[in-house]
Amino acid sequence: MTEPLLKVRGLKIGATIYPPDAKPHDIEIVHGVDFDVMPGKVLGLIGESGAGKSTIGLAAMAYGRGGVKLTGGEVWVNGRDVLQSGRGDIRKLRGAEVTYVSQSAAASFNPAKKIMEQVTEAAIQQGKFSKSDAEARAVELFRKLDLPDPENIGSRFPHQVSGGQLQRCMTALALCPQPDLVVFDEPTTALDVTTQIDVLKAIKEAIADTGVAALYITHDLAVVAQVSDHIMVLRQGEMVEYGDVDQIINAPREEYTQALVSVRSIDHEEKTPTDQPLLTVENVTARYKGTNFDVLKNINVDLHPGQTLAVVGESGSGKSTLARVITGLLPQSQGRIHFDGRDLSADLASRKLEDLRELQMIYQMADTAMNPRQTVGTIIGRPLEFYFGLKGAEKQKRIQELLDEIELGDGFQDRYPAELSGGQKQRVCIARALAAKPKLIICDEVTSALDPLVADGILKLLLKLQKIEDVSYLFITHDLATVKAIADSIAVMYQGEVVRYGSKSDVLAPPFDDYTDLLLSSVPEMELGWLEKVIAGRKMVSAGN
Amino acid sequence: MHPILKLVAQRLTLGIILLFAASALIFGLTEILPGDAAQAQLGQAATPESLANLREEMGLNRPALTRYTEWIGGMMTGDMGNALSNKLSISEQIGKRLGATIFLASWAALISVPLAILLGLIAVRYQNRWPDKVISGSTLTFISLPEFMLAYILIFVIGVKLQWAPSFANVSPDMPLLDKLHAISLPVTVLTLVVLAHMMRMTRAAILNVMQSAYIETAELKGLTTFEVIRKHAFPNAIAPIVNVVMLNLAYLVVGVVVVEAVFAYPGMGQYLVDAVVKRDVPVVLTSGVIFAAVYIVLNMIADVVSILSNPRLRHPK
Amino acid sequence: MRIPLSAMIGLTLTGLYFFAAIFASWIAPYGMAEAVGDVWEPSSAAHWLGTDQIGRDLLTRMIYGGQTTIFIATAATILSFSTGSILGFIAAVSGGWLDQVLSRFVDLMMSIPSLILALVILSAIDVTVLTLIVLMGLLDSTRVFRLARAVAVDISVMEYVEAARLRGEKIFWIIFREILPNALSPLVAEMGLRFIFMVLFISTLSFLGIGVQPPLADWGGIVKENKDGINFGIGAALYPAVAICTLAISVNLVADWVLNRTTSLKGGRG
Repeated sequence: MTEPLLKVRGLKIGATIYPPDAKPHDIEIVHGVDFDVMPGKVLGLIGESGAGKSTIGLAAMAYGRGGVKLTGGEVWVNGRDVLQSGRGDIRKLRGAEVTYVSQSAAASFNPAKKIMEQVTEAAIQQGKFSKSDAEARAVELFRKLDLPDPENIGSRFPHQVSGGQLQRCMTALALCPQPDLVVFDEPTTALDVTTQIDVLKAIKEAIADTGVAALYITHDLAVVAQVSDHIMVLRQGEMVEYGDVDQIINAPREEYTQALVSVRSIDHEEKTPTDQPLLTVENVTARYKGTNFDVLKNINVDLHPGQTLAVVGESGSGKSTLARVITGLLPQSQGRIHFDGRDLSADLASRKLEDLRELQMIYQMADTAMNPRQTVGTIIGRPLEFYFGLKGAEKQKRIQELLDEIELGDGFQDRYPAELSGGQKQRVCIARALAAKPKLIICDEVTSALDPLVADGILKLLLKLQKIEDVSYLFITHDLATVKAIADSIAVMYQGEVVRYGSKSDVLAPPFDDYTDLLLSSVPEMELGWLEKVIAGRKMVSAGN
Repeated sequence: MHPILKLVAQRLTLGIILLFAASALIFGLTEILPGDAAQAQLGQAATPESLANLREEMGLNRPALTRYTEWIGGMMTGDMGNALSNKLSISEQIGKRLGATIFLASWAALISVPLAILLGLIAVRYQNRWPDKVISGSTLTFISLPEFMLAYILIFVIGVKLQWAPSFANVSPDMPLLDKLHAISLPVTVLTLVVLAHMMRMTRAAILNVMQSAYIETAELKGLTTFEVIRKHAFPNAIAPIVNVVMLNLAYLVVGVVVVEAVFAYPGMGQYLVDAVVKRDVPVVLTSGVIFAAVYIVLNMIADVVSILSNPRLRHPK
Repeated sequence: MRIPLSAMIGLTLTGLYFFAAIFASWIAPYGMAEAVGDVWEPSSAAHWLGTDQIGRDLLTRMIYGGQTTIFIATAATILSFSTGSILGFIAAVSGGWLDQVLSRFVDLMMSIPSLILALVILSAIDVTVLTLIVLMGLLDSTRVFRLARAVAVDISVMEYVEAARLRGEKIFWIIFREILPNALSPLVAEMGLRFIFMVLFISTLSFLGIGVQPPLADWGGIVKENKDGINFGIGAALYPAVAICTLAISVNLVADWVLNRTTSLKGGRG
């Protein structure tokens, strides 16, 4: 039987934290994990933020990021325990036997040096290849990774290529020294969804071609299902479940894994349009001050009372700009916005208080959407006071009702935002919007910064509240799984235009236009072999390439 | 034209505009404030007649704009008029003194710049260990003292008690270089210490900032030694911020010179300016003030141009 | 709340200096301008720090000098902060031409070293305590303006400020309830640094003979008065150095603490 390439036993990882008003102290973030990676195999490490997956990945290189310390256990690479190795031995391991691909290639490339120099550096430095051999190998990898102009892309600087291309260059950087193991740390998370699958495919093929083993770290089970042989599910520094990919996806044993697999399977019945839309966006065109092109071109959409219109698109499609125009933050240059039987003035300053109250907004980053110096009670109480003049006990009572509605309960009124978890923060923002008794809430990517299970909870809450309060949502997102879960009608945006619009069932039914097809097919599905199937059937190539 | 040249040209143009605006501001300030050069000169003893006579003599009755253009034109052609107090030609005085000041400041810069960078590197290498703490602690002390007090402490200890160096910087143009250096050893030390403290702190911060970048982690994970990481990855990115730090501190040195020259009775521009202020000799104050401001503006401009030139994003546009 | 040792030392010493400055006339053993002994007497039980160049008690001069120096520096800091931060906030929140005009003017002011500007102005006006305070306060307010504007711009792009705008809040509510509470800590820390700068600035001006005028005592002036003694090995002129240095370091320690507290407050949970 072959020996594992990487053998981890009882790995414990700690960190020193520096709380503002207490003595610095040590905490443990990984509590003893065991796993093996066999030569040429891919192990997916999956978990939510704080699960310790990146930290474990870097431990394979005997590296602790920031103040992180590898406090116990064994990490065997090629038959020796790297935690017991000296500095010199560790240096020979890094960049030669084990290499690393980070989430943000843009930050991980030195801005002052050409790509080729950085891709070949480890291979040359570690004496694995001569300079000319390393460069030839790099060009070969660039070609394998489907980079345009593979002979010359190396002579560019990092800022001169796109994000998706740079992420592939980072993969080339990791593969160039012919390592035994590559640690991929969320390599596609920062990319747009249509770019992600191309990079994913390139990585998968490169792994297969070079026969390298890999640790593939991600929070997205659907992604890891496409590239891994085995999967390890982590939660709060401990292993939840380990198994081959087929078993984890199709027959998860643990409850937590089952929840991860079944995420976004929300059952939502599509509602039919009413006679009278609540919001009508009519021929709206807009541009930012000081620029000379329209970011929105002739937009027409309707939103009906008590329903959800999902606006989907990738970054730069203009979907968030549409929200700014509707709220009045960016006055449109043409067209009109009709809301609840009246025209909204283009400019925020000239809107009536009633208009402002009936149209509320929830943001992607709940962190920056709440004043860190105000308590939850103040944050939710202000709209009550401002719009309805509520004071004292009456206000307190209403705040508590709202907190109950968002399922937070007692004891939250006096907390500061910093004392809440990500999901709790987003709930408070929802309560603040509800406090105004709005007719329309604009939700701008409200679940994209959250872990999948938490995001699921938020979506369920939004649907529940829609039933109770009869409020309409304009839901802006890049995530089609979310759209499928909650929308009644959908507008697909691409380069400032609505390319497809209609009821959910119409928009999601063929025949598709090229862009919608690309977008729909790019959403990873929890299905083995999905990646190959999709790539084979595509009509259009992503713009992010 | 290469976009980076356009940016540099823009910055240079802005610098020239700033030079004129600064001279106008300095000139304008003495205009707006109550009283004028004549009144300042005569002080409390002024009678209406003597004031009127002096104003007529100095041409103060003509419009301000005319006098400004004459003054600035004179500055550019080297004719800066005469001092009020002793009627000596300002141009001649400045010609003699500017060289002396540049001599003093250059030596201070020559010593402090390499020393600051070296100490900054040491502080980063041993971050939060004792060498870093000693360096940071002692520089904090120097920052907390005005130049003139540091000067007197050094005079007291080195000049008077130990008698290693002269307490006054008596230099004349015909002295041999070594004698000159001996004479200015104390003022150079004071300037060096004062600038060193700021420069070292800023260098440390600039290098630390680079060392915390993700690409440094990438380099470490390639198995490079600490030295190689610094030489190949940190240094190329740290040059621009360090040059920036150096330029800003040289600009700061320009101000330090004023006080230090006054303490050591060094015959340079700073002493000239301070003397003129005490004697209320407005023409001299204006002219030497503008020269100091100009040096400051030019150094700041160089700092900006260096950061533009060293930015890879600007140097290699898409 | 736990106050670290360094901040404790800083707070105590700073407090002590301010206490001595406020109650100078009760604490000082002799009158401010009273000649009570010989020229440059060494320290003794009667004169702890000895006497100065015309036989005045040096401890008394130091205490009164501290009063003048600290009073001028405090008043100038308050002036510089109120002017600089109010204009900075208004520029940041209102934007547009007002921001442009104020910012460009401040750029111009800051392109000239403030000591040089102060020298030019002081050559043309009568020097009194009031003119010194106004001059130093206004010159320094340019720095506060830049900081306040930068901090306020950072905060005003935050979504909670946008949320307040969308709610329909008035500009004063936004400045005082949303921006100010979040801008206060960096500004308070900066206030400490500006205060030190003011102490150094007024001392330098007095030393050059264009600041506080005799017989009023101030730390820079004491150096000027006693500097000739240095050549005879008499250290009377060095006491102000010790005073300024310890005051500056204590204020620095307090400012560091305030700043650290705020940065850790901003970071995530806990």
